Parts: sequence; structure tokens; C-alpha cells
Amino acid sequence: MSKNIQLNYQVSAEDFTRAGEASSDVKSKLKQMGVNPEIIRKVAIAMYEGEINMVIHAQGGAIQVTLSPEEVHMVLKDKGPGIPDIELAMQAGYSTAPDKVRSLGFGAGMGLPNMKKYSDVMNIETELGIGTTVTMTVKIQ
Amino acid sequence: MDKFFTAVRLQEDLCKGCINCIKRCPTQAIRVRKGKAVITKEFCIDCGECIRICPHHAKLAVYDPLSILEDYEYTVALPAPALYGQFNNLEDVNIVLTALKKFGFHDVYEVSGAAELVSELSRKYLEEQEQKMPFISTACPSVVRLIRVRFPGLLEHLLPIKAPVDLAAALAREKAVKETGLPAEKIGIIFISPCPAKVSAVKNPLGYSKSEVDGVIAIKDIYPRLISLMKEVEEKQQIENLAISGKIGISWGGTGGEAGGLLTDNYLAADGIENVIRVLEDLEDQKISSLEFIELNACNGGCVGGVLTVENPFVAKVKLIRLRKYMPVACNHLDGSEVKHWEWNREVNYEPVFKLSEDLQESITMLAKVEELCEKFPGLDCGSCGAPTCKALAEDVVRGVAGEQDCIHILRQYIHRLSDEISKFDN
Repeated sequence: MSKNIQLNYQVSAEDFTRAGEASSDVKSKLKQMGVNPEIIRKVAIAMYEGEINMVIHAQGGAIQVTLSPEEVHMVLKDKGPGIPDIELAMQAGYSTAPDKVRSLGFGAGMGLPNMKKYSDVMNIETELGIGTTVTMTVKIQ
Repeated sequence: MDKFFTAVRLQEDLCKGCINCIKRCPTQAIRVRKGKAVITKEFCIDCGECIRICPHHAKLAVYDPLSILEDYEYTVALPAPALYGQFNNLEDVNIVLTALKKFGFHDVYEVSGAAELVSELSRKYLEEQEQKMPFISTACPSVVRLIRVRFPGLLEHLLPIKAPVDLAAALAREKAVKETGLPAEKIGIIFISPCPAKVSAVKNPLGYSKSEVDGVIAIKDIYPRLISLMKEVEEKQQIENLAISGKIGISWGGTGGEAGGLLTDNYLAADGIENVIRVLEDLEDQKISSLEFIELNACNGGCVGGVLTVENPFVAKVKLIRLRKYMPVACNHLDGSEVKHWEWNREVNYEPVFKLSEDLQESITMLAKVEELCEKFPGLDCGSCGAPTCKALAEDVVRGVAGEQDCIHILRQYIHRLSDEISKFDN
């Protein structure tokens, strides 16, 4: 049996009702693992922000999560428009979310900053017109 | 006392082994094994959903019999505000309170009276502890229990103030001791409860070491006799003036009542255990922000919807609203020294009851096995195996308490294979 467990989720585009399903599933698995609540919270928030980003900006995508005794590793991959200026996107409060999204209470410009805040390592690879891949790691031990 | 004491029991001879309860249980605490329901008490939060749904009435709540009144020299009834919602055309709560004295209690002390003090204490607490917002109400024991086993990240938001019934019990005992001169232990403080969760909360309180409540009896048990006593009281015009509460206190009986007493509109009030879980999930993910207070009640409609009540919760709620119409806003106020020990004195800790193993690596291996089994199972969540979902069965198999072939679909495949093999021999 392999040492780690890999979980795969599809995030569908513009479906706010389903956003959060993946992070919720990971959350319950971490609870079953007996992971420290504070760490579960970090993973849940970081991943949920990522999920919402995929719904708002990238017409959905795929999330792969690897659970090991040492860390939670998340790879969020989309085929969206890409991020033209990562530094700007990382600024708290900066948002390109359309009004429709903001009227739902999203798009406050805290997505990426929160993802960075709650993960121990975060990396963004983006190419305009091709897509974005965000990897995040939260250490368990 | 066992820290996982719960008030819900199974009466085995009535249980037909149907799967209604396993489907309804919000924490997946029930399985059907060998034709009978089995409750895992570590997972049970006393919400009473299984009692409500069981078509054979095989689920019961443990609480005290009415004969508990005989165990004490002097008894005080603590009527829950939800009690007032049970009666038609009630105009004066004093009719109910006087009838309770005729019922056999020596005195009454309205829980709603203490509720007004809790409202005031909460208002002050919220003001002082602003940085810990939002606060989550701790009046519903099922909700506190749910948070303890499933939402560890939210424990710090629990409002660490005793529930009105516990404060009422302490105040009632103090008053009784003063009035009778009897030693405290000869006085029985009896809660007239809408729900079984309170039974567990009395036997094993969360947040404080000992409850002042001596016994819990059900609203539905006293209801029939109380009705006739109330008629008598009203006809003979023997109504005593015993009420000590106003609008704020009475309102605690229904959803939003507690929040209303905080005199802020920056609150959320949710009821029904499934809705409560959804709110807690969102709260855990920080999807809900800038709220001061969150009131959660496991039962639909709030306490008036408790399983030990008689009236339809929504009708009861209307009756409470009508009743409080001409009442003063509040009759009870804090005046310095009067209220003691209102704050929780014990930490509520996380109990990771859903954990698969003590060892992280082993848990991961088990989780992988669960995923693997889920692929194999049909995903119908039919419940025929006795577990509520295929995933729950997979977890049971991995925990070693069920077998793969408890799934009738897997079993069928197995039998098909077997018969194919046998027919090969025949040829």
C-alpha cells in the first residue's frame, strides 16, 4: 500500500452552490486522520479560496490533494485566462471579479492573499490564455 | 459520569430494523446490525431526530418519572419557556404556574426569568470580549456537543455562559433554602423540559462541573393533567402572581429569541440540525464574517420543537408571540451581587471521535482503503447493509466492524460468481 493518499476533485465553472465540496471533503478526511484542528482550518480556508477562484475566474478546473503524515499538498489546475500581474493579484483587496460575483459577496480581493496566509508554501505558475496552476502545502507535523 | 452519556435509548423489542433512523441521524451514529438499531454513543449528540422519525417508536429518551417529586421534601418546578407555547388561548402564564403548584410542586421558578439575566450577562460579555466575535450560543446542549466532536476550530467562539435553566436552578435553590430553612439537598429542583438533550446536560454538563438541576421531566408527561388543572385554576379564579419574566425571557422558547434579547440585529439564527451543521461548516471555513452572535437550535423552530413537547413547533411559536404581546420587555435585571457563578468554569475540549486511528500513517492507509471500497460499492446509499451510506459502510469495514459482503450488491455479485463456478463443474 502506498504511503500517501491522493484525492482528485473536479471544480465546475460558475457553480457557486457546489464550490466548497472539495475542501469540505478534505476537511472531513483530515478530521478522520486526527489532524490538529488549527491545521485543518488552514487547509480548509486555503483550499476553499482556491476553489472559489477557479469558479469565479477560471471556468473551473481540477484539484489534486495528497495527504501524507507530514503534509497536505494541493495542486489546483485550471485552463483559465491566467493572471497578468501576480504581484498585483497578491495584494489584499485587489480584485478583477465582475459585479455579478461581488453582489454574491465574493470577489473581495482576499483569495490569493488568504491562500498565501494559510499555506506554508505556495507557488503560482501562470500563462496568459493557457491557465494557472497553484500549488499549496500545509505542514501537518 | 461517562463523558459520552446520552439520553437516547433503543427499546429493542419494538425495533424492526428498518433503516429510517440511520438515514436521519445527522452524525451517522446509528447502524442496523442483526436486525436491530445500534447507537454509537460517542457520535450521538442527543438531537432526538431518531426519536422523531422512528415509525415503531423504538427510540426513547431517558428522563425522570413524575414520581421524582416524592424524593424531595420541597420541590421547585422550572418551566421552560417552550411550555407556554403548548396551550391554546393562554393569556396569562400565571395560570400555568399556579397549575404547576396544584400539580404537586411547592414553588415555581420561571426559566424565562433567568433567561433575561442570561441575556443581560451576554450583552455585557459581548461588549467586553469583542475581539472573540462571533459568539455562538451555548443554550442548546446538542449544538455544544456537536461542536465538541465535529467543529474543533469553533470551540473558542462558544459563549461561556450557563444556559438559563442552570442559572434558574441555582437561583431557585437559593430562594428555596432562604424561604424554607431546609438543607439544599432536601430541595428538588425539577426542570420541565422540551428535550432529552437537557437530561444529558444535567448529568454531564459541558462547560461547568455540576448542574444545579436535580431532575428532568418531560413536558408531554405533565401536559394532560396540567391542562385540567389550568382549567380549574381559571374557573375558580385562584390565579397566583408567580410570573417573573417579560418578552425577552419568554422569547427564548423559539428560534431567534435568544438573539433578540441581545438587542443587536447583527446576528444569525438557524434551527433544524441539518441547517445548524451547514452554518457551522460555513463558519469553520470563514465564509460568514462580521457577525456578533450566532444562535443555533437543533430542533426546528427552536426549543418549542423539542421531541418532548406536544404542540406543532410552528404553532407553538405563534402562541408564544401572541402571549408576549402585552408583556413588559423584561422583568428581571442584574442588580450587583444577585447572580453568581454564571460563567463556565471548565474548558470544553475537542473530542476527535471520528478519528480512524491514533497513528497518522495508519489513518491515511485506512482512508485509502475507504476510497478503494467506495469505488467498489454501488454508491446507491440504499441502507440495506445497515449503514446510512456506502461511504459509512466503507468506514465500518475499515474500522473492522462490518464486512464488505454486508453490501447486498457485492454479495449478489459474489453469489453470481459462485454459481458460475459451480455450473462449470456441472458441465
